[in-house]
Amino acid sequence: MSVNNEKIIEIKDLKKIYVRGSEHIHAVDGITLDVNKGEYVAFVGPSGSGKTTLLHLLGCLDNPTEGSLMVADRMVYCENKCMNERDLTKLRRELFGYVFQKFYLIPTLTVEENILLPFAFYQKEDAHKNAKHLTEMLGIAHRLSHLPKELSGGEMQRVAVARALINRPKILLADEPTGNLDSKRSAEISGIFQQLNKEEGITIILVTHNHHLAESAGKMVELKDGKLV
Amino acid sequence: MPSLFGIAWKNLRRKRLRSMLTIVGIALSTWVLVSLLGFNQGYENSLNKDIDNLGFQVLLTAKGCPYEAATLMLKGGTGLKYMPYSIVDSVKANPQVEEVTPMLMQVVFDPNKGESGGVTAFLGIDPATYPKMKTYLIFEQGKWFDKPEAMEAVFGYEAAELEQREVGDLYLLPESDVEVTVVGVLKRSGTQDDGTIFLPVRTVQNVYKLENKITSIGIKVNKETDLAAYEEELYKLSDVQVVSMAQVKMTISNLVATARVMVMSIALIAILIAMVGVMNTVLMSVLERWQEIGIMKSMGAMTSHIFKLIWFETILLTFVGGIVGSVMSWILATVTDKLIRSVLPYSPTSALVQIDVLLALKAIGIIMAIGLISGIYPAWKAAKIRPIEAIRSTDGEL
Ligand SMILES: Nc1ncnc2c1ncn2[C@@H]1O[C@H](COP(=O)(O)OP(=O)(O)OP(=O)(O)O)[C@@H](O)[C@H]1O
Ligand SMILES: [Mg+2]
Repeated sequence: MSVNNEKIIEIKDLKKIYVRGSEHIHAVDGITLDVNKGEYVAFVGPSGSGKTTLLHLLGCLDNPTEGSLMVADRMVYCENKCMNERDLTKLRRELFGYVFQKFYLIPTLTVEENILLPFAFYQKEDAHKNAKHLTEMLGIAHRLSHLPKELSGGEMQRVAVARALINRPKILLADEPTGNLDSKRSAEISGIFQQLNKEEGITIILVTHNHHLAESAGKMVELKDGKLV
Repeated sequence: MPSLFGIAWKNLRRKRLRSMLTIVGIALSTWVLVSLLGFNQGYENSLNKDIDNLGFQVLLTAKGCPYEAATLMLKGGTGLKYMPYSIVDSVKANPQVEEVTPMLMQVVFDPNKGESGGVTAFLGIDPATYPKMKTYLIFEQGKWFDKPEAMEAVFGYEAAELEQREVGDLYLLPESDVEVTVVGVLKRSGTQDDGTIFLPVRTVQNVYKLENKITSIGIKVNKETDLAAYEEELYKLSDVQVVSMAQVKMTISNLVATARVMVMSIALIAILIAMVGVMNTVLMSVLERWQEIGIMKSMGAMTSHIFKLIWFETILLTFVGGIVGSVMSWILATVTDKLIRSVLPYSPTSALVQIDVLLALKAIGIIMAIGLISGIYPAWKAAKIRPIEAIRSTDGEL
């Protein structure tokens, strides 16, 4: 594992409080954490402990209530000040790839179009070359012209991974990427993540209930009630 | 490489039936709109053509004479009032007058017509001047009469069909024992002349004992003449009534304006319905795709991309609907014509609804503009979806 000590994500005293009527839910309750470049981190913990919320905060998909977040030396949130929407979008394009628990493929688009979806919004060099490389690596090259509904769950997840990686992200965020898959498919995805981390040096942060997947990560971070254990 | 436009197109095809129904709604609105615009331009043209086809700007009739032939026929000719032939000369004396043509309308009862008889109208004309004014009258067969008192007749297209006469046939003038020879049959002109039987004015005078009498005079003045002033002057002649074609035009236009307001309101309602339809369809599709749109945003879509994506959908819907509606209105133009004719107080003879490419383009433009306006809300709604909310929730909410 090629982990160096260069920090790619730094969070300090990060909080996310949901207000539902008079009830305040501290979904993320003061977490301070660094992730280094090339690290492979797994968030584990009981349901409702705030894993998904934290992942979304790290991925700049959600705004924290308090605390600060720095990604690749850029201040994203600090003392209630937030990067503007435009810069946030650019940051997401440049740094992040997301894999969600439900694959969220666009049902009307083919596998190939789904993978290339980000380029409907912006251009990037050698997109097609990268697509070819990814689909071969993920074993879906023969499925490019199919619609998502014609794929198995494992194939759909691999398409979602390919889409997350098409922009050559520095950080891959995955929320229970094996949640809908059987153990054989889970092992496949686990293998792919390890390969991506080792061979391409991509920083991976994932949330999982799957022990095998969590153990394959270099670092396990346990949460409970919005706090690190 | 997927494009925004391609994504929008594929999304519309996802809910085929819904998209189709929306398009049908837009097409219907376009049909109403095109027909209305076509009516606006067709009616004016058609009315002007009718009046210009009269060949004269002023019609002089005997006082109290109803100037609509239809009214004459209904009354069985009893309303006819005559003027002395000598008026023709006094009118001609004015240097502003370019051409004058005397006419003698005669309506008689024909016991051989139909099952229980009917009225037939003759128009006595002057073969020397009348054809010059009515240059649009073209012969199917034959020609005008030779002499001012020839025992000859020219049939309008429909009159010839009704009476089953061709050139060379004889025709017995009702209420007399005189036979005339048919020397000409006119082509269809789309005017009142189609139903008329023309005789030389002298022949009508002789046969029906109306020596030196006429019912009206058509007057054509030269271009420099101030019509209003000239009409005033005509009133100096005793016992005449001046019917100015410009006046007739005005009266009819006023009547039509009322009808137009009604048709406009219908069009407006149609447009509103289309608008609500488009908004509903697009809004539904936004709400159903809440998560998809959130995902697109997390994949690097800017607010403007989502706005465009949804807008493309409304553009596509209204464009296709607009084209379908325009083609439909073009195909159904005759039906629309009849429909409008049935609500109008007076309709000119030629096409009421005139549709051309420019007009269709205009209507499509209007419909698309309306589509774009109704697309703003759904597009804005979609554009401000925050990725995180979408990913967490299943469906959008209003
Ligand atoms: N939009 C929201 N509004 C209010 N409360 C929320 C919202 N999203 C999450 N929460 C609450 O925040 C807490 C943390 O939720 P989160 O989804 O981060 O947990 P999790 O660790 O991912 O759980 P799981 O393992 O079940 O996915 C939960 O108590 C949840 O009910
Ligand atoms: Mg979760």
